[in-house]
Amino acid sequence: MRMVMTGNYASAYGAKLAKVEVIAAYPITPQTSIVEKLAEFVSSGELRAKFIPVESEHSAMAACIAAETAGARTYTATSSQGLTLMHEVLMWASGARLPIVMTNVSRAMAPPWSVWVDHMDSIAQRDTGWLQFFCESNQEVLDTIIMAYKVCESSGVMLPAMIIEDAFILSHTSEPVSVPDQELVDSFLPAYAPEYKIEVGKPMGFGSLVKPDQYMEFRYKAMLGMKEARNRFLSVEQEFKHIFGREYGGLLEHYRCDDAEVVLACAGSVASTAKDVVDSLRARGIRVGLARIRAFRPFPHQEFRALGAKVDGIAVLDRSYTFGAAGAMFTEVKASAYSGQNRPIIKNYIAGLGGRDITPKIIEKIFEDIQLVTKRREEPDVEWVDVAGLPRRWR
Amino acid sequence: MAVMPSVTIPEEEFTYPGSTGCPGCGANLVMRYMLKALGERTIVSIPACCWAVMPGYWPVGCLGVPLLYTAFEATGASISGLRAALDVKGVEDVTVVGFAGDGGTVDIGLQALSGAAERRTDAIYVMYDNEAYMNTGIQRSGSTPWGAWTTTTPIGTTHGFKHEFKKDIMAIMQAHGIPYAATVSVAHPEDFIKKIRKAKDIKGFRFIHALSPCPPGWRMNPAETVEVAKLAVDTHIFPLYEIEQGKIHVTRKGKGVPVIEYLKLQGRFSHLTEAEIDSIQTAVDARYKLLLEKEASGT
Repeated sequence: MRMVMTGNYASAYGAKLAKVEVIAAYPITPQTSIVEKLAEFVSSGELRAKFIPVESEHSAMAACIAAETAGARTYTATSSQGLTLMHEVLMWASGARLPIVMTNVSRAMAPPWSVWVDHMDSIAQRDTGWLQFFCESNQEVLDTIIMAYKVCESSGVMLPAMIIEDAFILSHTSEPVSVPDQELVDSFLPAYAPEYKIEVGKPMGFGSLVKPDQYMEFRYKAMLGMKEARNRFLSVEQEFKHIFGREYGGLLEHYRCDDAEVVLACAGSVASTAKDVVDSLRARGIRVGLARIRAFRPFPHQEFRALGAKVDGIAVLDRSYTFGAAGAMFTEVKASAYSGQNRPIIKNYIAGLGGRDITPKIIEKIFEDIQLVTKRREEPDVEWVDVAGLPRRWR
Repeated sequence: MAVMPSVTIPEEEFTYPGSTGCPGCGANLVMRYMLKALGERTIVSIPACCWAVMPGYWPVGCLGVPLLYTAFEATGASISGLRAALDVKGVEDVTVVGFAGDGGTVDIGLQALSGAAERRTDAIYVMYDNEAYMNTGIQRSGSTPWGAWTTTTPIGTTHGFKHEFKKDIMAIMQAHGIPYAATVSVAHPEDFIKKIRKAKDIKGFRFIHALSPCPPGWRMNPAETVEVAKLAVDTHIFPLYEIEQGKIHVTRKGKGVPVIEYLKLQGRFSHLTEAEIDSIQTAVDARYKLLLEKEASGT
């Protein structure tokens, strides 16, 4: 069925189609309409699930952890301050190897207060052991939630996943979304049946104390799970395509990259704008492309290594900034390309923080700049784009 | 020939040898009596506290029921999640228990506890109260009594013992309108088990406050755990009572032994002057009087 819906409703429909059994959530702008919609599904009987109206995001995740340990498929959604409040228990979820799926509506961190799009909240969870998927469209949000459950619940993976929607640009903007039939989703995604769960008659400890000669093996196995997540995601997406007829290009979507001299790497909704810019530059004979980072964890290192060998320059647009270093996506892309044969020039552009628009004009300027520094083989700086007080060319 | 009174404490054990608790640990007894009363069909969630360590190192454990460890502040949320999953799976005959220390309950865990109580989560929350952060090495908590020494309330030259009163967690829980709350003592196991069994048969959120003497933290003789727990009741420092549907019922009217008898067995109070002990006596008497008044007035 085709419906017009916001990214937030796409999240709610995705969770409903995945037949989640326990939802624990706390309101925060601009996430709230996801859990409002889910509460509606539960109260109308359309979704047979328990909805726990917790008193904080920390409790939301802690309750999901407990419910998932008892064998229930769980879901939650949050944003910004809520996600960072969860930080401790995010690590708990992955350490306990629980395939919880959560939507994060990516929003700027305070202070100063801002409710608009920015990736700092998600990027700050980089090391928590969660799979992280940035989405470009509402359809991708819905589809990725369903795929994420299948990937995460695979016995070789057993890790949680975060589906990232850009605040307002996706969360509150309506688009046509194809809502798949429940029977098809059921055939793709079987009921959650974990190998281990907490139950009476089996007196086991979940999360027990371990000694230094035991701890590292747990982390090593989680690392193997994340490695497997990469392979699993690629095969699950192909299976998804076979059933539903849609795919998004694996961990890294390549858009007109084939004979590109320079490419822009970015994540989230800005990719749509960037694709238009690529088209218009291509129409003028300029060989540019777009590499859209779908998975930030596991990061598409192999894909970037291959891409780096083919292009002369990569502009990495980060919608967050890691103080004392650079944009986190840039750091990853550069690390990927370093071991390649033909190292391209890679430059970092910080743009669109706190909901500032990233316009086609700004993306054109980034393409111009990366072409220039690539030609000059300049050692690039981190460039802050469209900030008051900067030189005119970046305003 | 005298007839032996019948023993009401179940013989079946769910706490096995291997606990890493200190000698004379009151919390060992709290767990033991609680599980005797609840039986096998119980799932326990434990946050950071002494009992997060006491079951032993993976892959062994000393408890006969499944355990879900959780973060320090998260017990209320954890039991909510467990209950929701059991409900959605149609499992009804399992008692979900949150088992937390005083810091994890009255301080860092108070928000999640309050949320779970307000949501009327069908679970039993047991706070074993050793009156300080004992697992980290005796730091003051919101449940440390007035006058006590801890490592973060050192006496020094300024008489720096804890100058604040203990939070009244039972009153806090009563204010949540929960169906059942009770205080229990390891010196009164029959009363303890009776109350836990009563709690087990009630639906909704139930709260148990267990005083849990801590020999290293209280600077007391490990052989006197039960004696100290008994004196806490007899001095009215820790009265035994229930709150059923908001109404208080004192289950053991202690003898009113002078508080000095309790305090003098514990090094954590050894710095107190006579005047300070008198002021504790006055405060304890006033609180106990208030409790009896509340019982009489049905509030």
